[in-house]
Amino acid sequence: MLLGAGTVPVSCLAADDLTVELGGLPVLRGVSLSVGAGEGVALMGGNGSGKSTLVRALLGLLPHQRGAVQLFGLPLRSFRQWSRVGYVPQRSIALLGGSKVKEVVAAGRLAHRRPFRPLGRGDREAIHEAIGLVGLSDQLNTDIAALSGGQQQRVLVARALAGHPDLLVLDEPTSGVDLEHQRVLADVLTERLAAGIAVLVVLHDVGPLGDLIDRAVVLSGGRIAHDGPLGDLGQHQRRLGGHQHLDHGRTADDPGAGSASWLGGAVQP
Amino acid sequence: MIEILSYPFMQRALIAALLTGLIAPAIGTYVVQRRLSLLGDGLGHVALAGVGLALFTGTAPIPIAVAACIAGAVVVEVLRQRGKATGDVGLAVLFYGGLAAGVFLSGISGVGAGGLVQYLFGSLTTVTVGDLGLVAVLAMVVLVPTLGLAPQLYAVSTDEDFARTQGLRVRLYHIAVVTLAAVTVALAMRTVGLLLVSALMVIPVAAARNLVRGFTSGLVCAVAIGVITAVGGAVGSFYANAAPGAFIVLLAIGVFMLSWPLSYLLRLRRAAAPLPDSMDDDDELVAPHTVTESHPHRHEPGCGHPAVQHGDHTDFIHEGHRHAVHADHYDEH
Repeated sequence: MLLGAGTVPVSCLAADDLTVELGGLPVLRGVSLSVGAGEGVALMGGNGSGKSTLVRALLGLLPHQRGAVQLFGLPLRSFRQWSRVGYVPQRSIALLGGSKVKEVVAAGRLAHRRPFRPLGRGDREAIHEAIGLVGLSDQLNTDIAALSGGQQQRVLVARALAGHPDLLVLDEPTSGVDLEHQRVLADVLTERLAAGIAVLVVLHDVGPLGDLIDRAVVLSGGRIAHDGPLGDLGQHQRRLGGHQHLDHGRTADDPGAGSASWLGGAVQP
Repeated sequence: MIEILSYPFMQRALIAALLTGLIAPAIGTYVVQRRLSLLGDGLGHVALAGVGLALFTGTAPIPIAVAACIAGAVVVEVLRQRGKATGDVGLAVLFYGGLAAGVFLSGISGVGAGGLVQYLFGSLTTVTVGDLGLVAVLAMVVLVPTLGLAPQLYAVSTDEDFARTQGLRVRLYHIAVVTLAAVTVALAMRTVGLLLVSALMVIPVAAARNLVRGFTSGLVCAVAIGVITAVGGAVGSFYANAAPGAFIVLLAIGVFMLSWPLSYLLRLRRAAAPLPDSMDDDDELVAPHTVTESHPHRHEPGCGHPAVQHGDHTDFIHEGHRHAVHADHYDEH
């Protein structure tokens, strides 16, 4: 755990009043968010609501125009302990074709390694363990392009797990993954949460991961529309339907945004 | 083969060819992975400006070409990273600028554009001892990082965002790749020539992808193909009295074309024998003891089913799986 005796609790991941513009258009407007150790937070919202942008800005992959991001209590700019962070991007293997599964997953150990040093025994064990966790031990040497979409997604999850991170940020890790392996992922994440890591996961449908979610943060039109227990979402959603005003940013042409219709069937009480 | 080695100029030519065949596919692997296959071609044009400058100032061409190439490569990469060189326009301006500057400078130096020809197509047999020393040093400069930093360069060229979240200085690595590519291109002007070096950076890599699986195996295989075709082309051109640069590239293209049917055959073999996949290096295979159901056919050598030697026994490939004789029944392997 991160908390020592007598110290102030530090968030693993915190954003304060974050504003991000893409191509001059505001995509996130004053978003504040915090994920603590041992906490599982779901990031939800319709297409174009800014979920992936927020995730990328939190990890420093996109610049922000206003506000601040802290990782483990350090400003993003001076943060260097990347071995504590695991990232599962939205599935895109455009340039990963031609790589074996174990080569892709091995990249998840890079933050632990120094240049010009070969893979150590610990690295190998972590790689094999991570591949085993997502149930792909029999595909170690398969070209990732030869796998199904759901299997590719699991490889990307394994890559993040291989680094033994204290903070895991997953962008729609369940898309295209069958129910059985969503449950496997839920089990893995539950076990890691119990060990004290922080999890921020972008979800479209809650599915089997619902059980490990302590809090749901809902983005709408680049603003936070809800931040609280997942269970409150049903009620909140009704309220949203009555009062919410659409932001005419990037989301204006998205029929799902703001109407809360995207939640249909996503949350089963 | 022995008589070739008795000529000092051929000894130098072979060593120069070997070094080119070694480094061009090594750095080419990352260049191709980033979908920058034509980068080498563009840098070749920039190198010409360096040659022109060397002719104009009366200095040695290789060092000036290396410097010009690196400068061009870094400018292109920085423009790309800042989003300034939208599309290929910025690159085109730089590359044609390099070509024009090369021709212009060689013209006013009195040599004329004809003086550039030996650099466009290489002149392997006129490599001097001094050239060879420089080529050898710079080849090490390229080879050490392309192999030693392979995991980092792999991550940066395949998934930039993820590499960044591993704390890698992605921009620096990108600049390193184009810089090393620039050094390779400038070096190759003495061997296969500036117009053909890009072929040696790209074609062995493409052929290797057809033949082996995985990034690391691909890198090793591409380097092997590069070395074999470069040395083979140099030897062949000696006997055929042909231009070595062209011979080398045609040989590489020949290997690439052969890699298509070969990859098909390899795939067939893998499809028939999927087991070895999980058996390489440190992965242990636990073979399940699955007994086939009633099996009237008796497998033996020559029974019509392909036989595969598998450790201490022979398996027979049977409708996509394997049968092994075990006492009075067949095991599914």
